[in-house]
Amino acid sequence: MSTQTDGSAGAPARTYSSYSRNVALRVLMTREMAIVVALVVVYLYALGNIQFFDGPLTLFNLSKEYAPILMMALPMTLIIITGEIDLSVASTLGVSAAVTGVLVIEHDLSVPTAAVLAVVVGAVLGALNGFFVAYVGLPSLAVTIGTLALYRGLAEGLIQDKRIAGFPDTWQDWPTERIGETQYPNIVIPVVVLVVVFAVLLHFTTFGRGVFEIGLSDEAAHFSGVNVARTKLVLFTLSGAVAALAGVYVALKANSVATDTGAGFELKVIAGVLLGGVSIFGGRGALHGVVAGVLLIAVLNSALQLDGQGSEVIQIIIGLLLVGSVIASSNLSRVRALLPRRAVKTAARSTTTPPTPTPGDDTRKVVQ
Amino acid sequence: MTTLAPTRPTESAGVRVLRTVLRSRELAIVIVLVAIVLFATARRSSFVFSADGWRDTLLAPSILLVLAVGQMVVVVTRNVDLSIGSTLGISAYVVGKIFVANPDTSVFVVFAAGIAVGAVVGAINGLLVTVFNVPSLVITLGMMYVLRGALTHEVGSERINAQDFPAHFEKLGTQQVLTIPVLTIIALVVVAVVGYYLHTARGGRELYAIGSDPDAAVLYGLPAARRVFGAFVLCGALAGLAGVFSTARYATAFSGTGKDIELQAVAAVVIGGVAIFGGSGTVWGAAIGAFLLVTINRALPILGISEFWQGAVVGLLIIGSIVLDRVLSIRRQHRLLEARDHA
Repeated sequence: MSTQTDGSAGAPARTYSSYSRNVALRVLMTREMAIVVALVVVYLYALGNIQFFDGPLTLFNLSKEYAPILMMALPMTLIIITGEIDLSVASTLGVSAAVTGVLVIEHDLSVPTAAVLAVVVGAVLGALNGFFVAYVGLPSLAVTIGTLALYRGLAEGLIQDKRIAGFPDTWQDWPTERIGETQYPNIVIPVVVLVVVFAVLLHFTTFGRGVFEIGLSDEAAHFSGVNVARTKLVLFTLSGAVAALAGVYVALKANSVATDTGAGFELKVIAGVLLGGVSIFGGRGALHGVVAGVLLIAVLNSALQLDGQGSEVIQIIIGLLLVGSVIASSNLSRVRALLPRRAVKTAARSTTTPPTPTPGDDTRKVVQ
Repeated sequence: MTTLAPTRPTESAGVRVLRTVLRSRELAIVIVLVAIVLFATARRSSFVFSADGWRDTLLAPSILLVLAVGQMVVVVTRNVDLSIGSTLGISAYVVGKIFVANPDTSVFVVFAAGIAVGAVVGAINGLLVTVFNVPSLVITLGMMYVLRGALTHEVGSERINAQDFPAHFEKLGTQQVLTIPVLTIIALVVVAVVGYYLHTARGGRELYAIGSDPDAAVLYGLPAARRVFGAFVLCGALAGLAGVFSTARYATAFSGTGKDIELQAVAAVVIGGVAIFGGSGTVWGAAIGAFLLVTINRALPILGISEFWQGAVVGLLIIGSIVLDRVLSIRRQHRLLEARDHA
């Protein structure tokens, strides 16, 4: 599948060269595939060279730690494809964890009831972001920096200086219990379900086509019948709800809630999404790339940890990967143009379509 | 309404200035700031009218003030720099290391070193953004990780403490000239110089032009890449200066210095009425935004709002100010449309 949308109004015209190569090449020669390959290579390398990486705890811990990041990365992918961004997810996670904690431990509610309420709260917080972005027309970067502070403030206000710890055992253990004899904790099940749901939503529904259209051009999407505002509202609401679900999980996993639960996750999530090949300008990206991107960070993290490296090394590597991947993807076309074999084709194409599908004319959403 | 004509020949310069001030977006935050200070002082007069209160009121915002000015210059070109917190940390550590190596180092050398370190980081950001033509949000997010990781790798759990700093440097953190702290004076000079440059100089105006429409700026022949590069260097240098401020004020440097301050700087800029997508806003606005952000945190407990709700209030402030900007810009648009129709 090419990463470009099919040729309805607003999308850049599908070009011959992107369909002239055979199917296998089109599937394999994508940005997403590069990340998938990188993930496989790193995983195999770690298996072969890093002591204890093949142990029973590696995949278990890895899924346990990165489940919330991967969950939040799913709606974030859709949001970034529309050209917006949500910086408030980690704070929403914090609010949800706080709500769960306060309801269960102070008000003796059962965990499922509290979790449902927390997810509802998360959806409301997400919808508030969506309202400001979609209906008031404010830039999402600014709005969600504001709600990043606001929601974190709510979490702090809910918890204050209380110590919130000690969930009922059955619920506290469930997310991190192994599925049967496998290496995976139970939390993997909801994560996989969410991945499938979001993959179908993005790639196989009209709604998902609309998401890409909006990313390429708000206005063109509007004129081709996409309800731009509603789509954005739905996405931000989903983002809030999923972040809240992650918050319930994080609270149960840690068996306690603090005012800074999940602080700083937003940048990890965004790093994973961008590493997975989603364009920050919107209009381009695929969910399998994002899953691979988050997993790549997770695998690198645990491999380096087992190798005795500190968390700062993984930070450096994530940073370099992020910078490198963006530079590579936005300069690939330039490099290709230099290759003699493709030169004619590229030249012919550049007369009819812009070389990269950046929605340059849409000034509202682009942060260069 | 008489707001259509920007200047009227019959008006004196004084009236014109007054009109500009009264109609400016910055006035709104000044009023909020003054109101907060007045209320806080009314409840507890020591908030301003005590030696310590007066000093803190002026001194506390100095670090964020410098950062916000740098961030504003980058934001106005439709870019953003998320790496300033890490830059601040590195600069603070370098300053600490210089004093550990030689306690007699002149303060000027230390300032120069901090600013130079920041400028180098800014230059790297600027080069990556302009040469490779990639979004600054992603590049500086990556640089934030790389720099913080490198700093942590180098520093480990080491902590440079008060006893490592010579007395003449520590004194700088609290020193006052005519009751105004030295750091605040430096910060205000930075605000004034950068603000004047952006307001009047050709290079400054070009930054606005680039932010309004990058493509048009290039087509018009503006040296867009060079200007954006310059903006990043300035932002980095000011983050380096903030690192020196931070060591002078807190007399400590460790691997976590300046963590998470980048979003505060962006928040200050947004509160100050600078459009997050560039092209409009003033340095004064960003500076007042920084002042307000810091002051509100100090004032809330006095105003009877529990410290636990401070974050929420700051969030509301940010949202409130962008909603206000939106309302003002819609009104302006209407007015311009009317003016066109009547012409």
